[in-house]
Amino acid sequence: MKRQDNKKAPKGTLRKILALLRPYRIWIVLSVLFSAVSVAGSLYVPICVGRIIDCILGPGQVYFRRIADWMLRIAAVVGVTALCQWAYGAMNNRVTYQVVHDVRAQAFAKLQILPFRYLDNHPVGEIVSRLIADVDQFADGLLLGFTQLFTGVVTILGTLAFMISIRPLIALAVVVLTPLSFVAARFIASHTHRFFLVQSEARADQTAFLDEMLGSQKLVKAFGREARSVEDFDRLNETLQTVSRKAVFFSSLTNPVTRFVNSVVYAVVVLTGALLCVSTAGTGSVFTVGALSALLSYANQYTKPFNEISGVITEFQNALACAGRIFALLEETSEQPDSPDAKVLTDCKGCVSLRDVRFSYDPAQSLIEDLDLTVQSGQRIAIVGPTGCGKTTLINLLMRFYDADGGSISVDGTDVRDLTRESLRASYGMVLQETWLRSGTIRENLILGKPDASDDEIIAACKQAHAWSFIRRLPQGLDTVIGEDGGSLSQGQKQLLCIARVMLCLPPMLILDEATSSIDTRTEINIQKAFSTMMQGRTSFIVAHRLSTIRDADRILVMNRGRVIEIGTHETLLAQDGFYAKLYNSQFAQ
Amino acid sequence: MRKLFVYLKEYRKECVLGPLFKLLEASLELFVPMVVAAVIDRGIAFADHGYIVRMSLLLVGFGLAGLAFSVTAQYFSAKAAIGFVTRLRHALYAHVQTFSHRTLDTIGISTLITRMTSDMNQVQTGLNLTLRLLLRSPFVVFGAMLMAFTIDAKAALWFLAVIPALSLVVFGIMLVSIPLYRRVQEKLDAVLGSARENLNGVRVLRAFRREAAEQASFGEKNTALTRNQRRVGRVSALMNPITLVIIDLAVLGLLRTGSLRVNAGLLTQGAVVALYHYMGQILVELIKLANLIINVTKAVACGKRIQAVLDVEEPQTVEPELPKGDPSLRVELRDAGIRYHGSAADALSGIDLRVKPGQTVGLIGGTGSGKSTLVSLIPRFYTATSGAVFVDGTDVRAWDPSALRQKIGFVPQKAVLFHGTIRENLLWGNEAASDDEILTAASLAQASDVLAAKGGLDGVVEQFGRNLSGGQRQRLTIARALVRRPEILILDDSASALDFATDAALRKALRSLDYDPTVFLVSQRTSTVRSADQILVLDDGKAVGLGTHDELLRSCPVYREIYDSQFRKEGQDETAR
Repeated sequence: MKRQDNKKAPKGTLRKILALLRPYRIWIVLSVLFSAVSVAGSLYVPICVGRIIDCILGPGQVYFRRIADWMLRIAAVVGVTALCQWAYGAMNNRVTYQVVHDVRAQAFAKLQILPFRYLDNHPVGEIVSRLIADVDQFADGLLLGFTQLFTGVVTILGTLAFMISIRPLIALAVVVLTPLSFVAARFIASHTHRFFLVQSEARADQTAFLDEMLGSQKLVKAFGREARSVEDFDRLNETLQTVSRKAVFFSSLTNPVTRFVNSVVYAVVVLTGALLCVSTAGTGSVFTVGALSALLSYANQYTKPFNEISGVITEFQNALACAGRIFALLEETSEQPDSPDAKVLTDCKGCVSLRDVRFSYDPAQSLIEDLDLTVQSGQRIAIVGPTGCGKTTLINLLMRFYDADGGSISVDGTDVRDLTRESLRASYGMVLQETWLRSGTIRENLILGKPDASDDEIIAACKQAHAWSFIRRLPQGLDTVIGEDGGSLSQGQKQLLCIARVMLCLPPMLILDEATSSIDTRTEINIQKAFSTMMQGRTSFIVAHRLSTIRDADRILVMNRGRVIEIGTHETLLAQDGFYAKLYNSQFAQ
Repeated sequence: MRKLFVYLKEYRKECVLGPLFKLLEASLELFVPMVVAAVIDRGIAFADHGYIVRMSLLLVGFGLAGLAFSVTAQYFSAKAAIGFVTRLRHALYAHVQTFSHRTLDTIGISTLITRMTSDMNQVQTGLNLTLRLLLRSPFVVFGAMLMAFTIDAKAALWFLAVIPALSLVVFGIMLVSIPLYRRVQEKLDAVLGSARENLNGVRVLRAFRREAAEQASFGEKNTALTRNQRRVGRVSALMNPITLVIIDLAVLGLLRTGSLRVNAGLLTQGAVVALYHYMGQILVELIKLANLIINVTKAVACGKRIQAVLDVEEPQTVEPELPKGDPSLRVELRDAGIRYHGSAADALSGIDLRVKPGQTVGLIGGTGSGKSTLVSLIPRFYTATSGAVFVDGTDVRAWDPSALRQKIGFVPQKAVLFHGTIRENLLWGNEAASDDEILTAASLAQASDVLAAKGGLDGVVEQFGRNLSGGQRQRLTIARALVRRPEILILDDSASALDFATDAALRKALRSLDYDPTVFLVSQRTSTVRSADQILVLDDGKAVGLGTHDELLRSCPVYREIYDSQFRKEGQDETAR
């Protein structure tokens, strides 16, 4: 998923990256120094070898003393080079992984204070991919890429300098010829690009087909379409074969072609070098065989960093884009922090009042307007409406997951914005229909609201929630490990766990969501019982689906399309003969 | 893995030619230092300009030939790798078609999709690289050594020492770091899981004010990941410096031996240069080989996963003697039950049901009571594990599955349509249906207005039928089953998204069908099943009532409870209607 806006303002991104690197600047400076030394060292070795070769001329013409000197020098240079190589490798690792660690920690901390407005509008997968994939890509591309780029450039410049110092003319030949391989690689890449486009289209077609057909494989069998669907698949498969062959073949030409250019460069160095050797023999500036050998080593490795660099640059751009996305996340506006003089809600009675509350997710589309509601301590409020009617909106406002745009919500006479979020949320017990359980033991899931609960307390809560009978029968009881989202537990069991979780810390106010259909009758009865135990003497907001719940409520809030359209008791609302009456008749009547 | 190679058979020629041309190219590379040695020893030593020029041209010629060889090699290996994977994909897809519902449940659809896509791509890359490089690198390494021996056996002994030492370092580091990388991957998965879980549960976590605790537990996982990354980093950072030291020490040894041999007149200066260059080639190739092996390991792992799916065979149980059913009945269940694979309890047990041709049967009960399971026994999507199911008096196990399913129009609970036109979708029911027949089926299914709204039979349906509402999709899936003019029509809670009026109209239309099918209506609503000839009430996998609406109201408490919850408003008057 690449977005257009990533390309802009890389300057700002770079500055922010530097800020991230600041704590490690000493390591970075040292790493750059060490890598420069190691590049210089590895370039110096071929020259030393060349000098030794010049001391090995023929029978009786071998200068052992000078050879020994050069060998010592090589040994020393190699020792230093190897040490430096090891040192900068280790330092880069350290910096890279530490920066990744820091960024992830920052991003995760940010997630804890991001407003729901952001979280609800960004798919979980997208945010996770920023935290994981983007951070990795950023680290690989930018930090490891940086060292590759740096050593690459130093190698090229160093090689050039050494070559010029040996023989400027030959260096010139190499400099003129090498870009050819560059050009050739670019040429191939740009021309194979369209084959790749066609290939990825064909691949996408096939994946879409598989998604659809394998996803409904049982239906395919029900209609006896097995043979037909293989035929359809084969058509896509053949197309993919044809286009892949082109894409893979043409793109694999890059290596042979650059290698060919390389061998031409090599041949030119041999030719000019050998001719120079011959023509300078006996003159003042002899071009020796050793020098030729050194140049040949260089010619062999000179093009390599070029190819690496061109790879690094694309990765670099990609990494910048990733960094941009990470910074965008880090710089999102956080939830408005609690005001410094916010009060802690204690001994909550459970009187809730909403006055002229106005709210909408999207300014262009108003949702709740002028909502007034006063709830006395211990009252039950039923929220009724078709699916998607906006019951979560109300929960969002009560729990302060979102703040109202206008008007005020107060608990026990204090505006919720003057209370700490922590104490407000601690006063509500919430059981949603979309149960959420974490991977871990049953116990870990239950003690979310009361981490220090004893086993006795937990078991008591489970019994009250009618959850103990099934927990008891699990292989390891409370210590049974369940996967994310409850794993093998049934929907009803999951909901009972969520109820037990709230039962354990039982706050003075409740937000409950009745299950609709996915629960068997017996469990549903248990859930109902658990709900009514909880509701004893507590202010409760219930998203209601059952007739009995609705009829027993002190007040019914009728919602449709995100708005509260009617408020009243069952009788007054029926008498009103409005939306509620219609809903009631269609859902509960023939 | 071995079984996969069957699909490579067709490309035997390419699999030989690809590596062969690659080796030809590599051998040219091996000759280059020899040419350079000749230039030094003859061209330079005797100031032979012509020779120097000829040898340089020879090098260019080598380059050209190498280019031709490697392009040929790339062509063959691309052809073989892609052809192989195409065959394999076909084989796997066709194999999946033979899977029973039970097997599909066990393996899981998402697994199959990964096998068909990303695993296949990985195998393709792996095979392509293998064909191109797996032989080349060892060939160059040993070739370089052999060339060294042809130059001078004594100096070449250094190669004999260096190759094992380098291999030890390169492969040793690889072996040590692969499990470490796996650990890193595990820790990364933990970090990813932690982040995803936190986001999925953000409402609950914030409601319970767990932000700080969450941050601490994420921090632990994050630090564990970093620790592991740094550990593996430390190991792999050793590779370059150690190989550098080994190679350069060997170069020194080579120069030492070389200088002694030259002094004694046993070796030339050019030969020493050539030996030095061979030494350089070895290192490059060994590192390439190590990277290649990592890639190939991955591909092999993917290949094994594909193989595992190909190895799944449907158990062929031959029933010794199948019981005979009552031939006057269209569908009969005799003490039928099923326990799903890996499940501890029966999903359905002891069901007896006798259905005459043309009858309508209602199936009612709460979720998980076994209604859908029961109807899936009739087309033998699942095989009953106890008792027997008969269609037209013959045990379904004796039916050819496709002939059996041909008689049945099945409307699944989840209304799924496919990318294509409405006509293509409805033709699933019967490939040979004419437009008129399709339109009739659509109107019976109350779907005429869907066609009108979406542009008739040529109207486009997006993937999964995304561009249609739930009710529209449901009516089209009903039409799809009716196009077949089935003898048995099964509606598995398929009218749930329809409003009461449409539901009623649909049931009326079904009663009017001229071919008089036997109909199974699964529903949670008593209003849907009340006019059925017989209604089977299920609770927790067992039959708790069988009869007509009125009989059941009198005799079956479960049925009455369901009815009351939907119609009677809990003992109150019926004024609301």
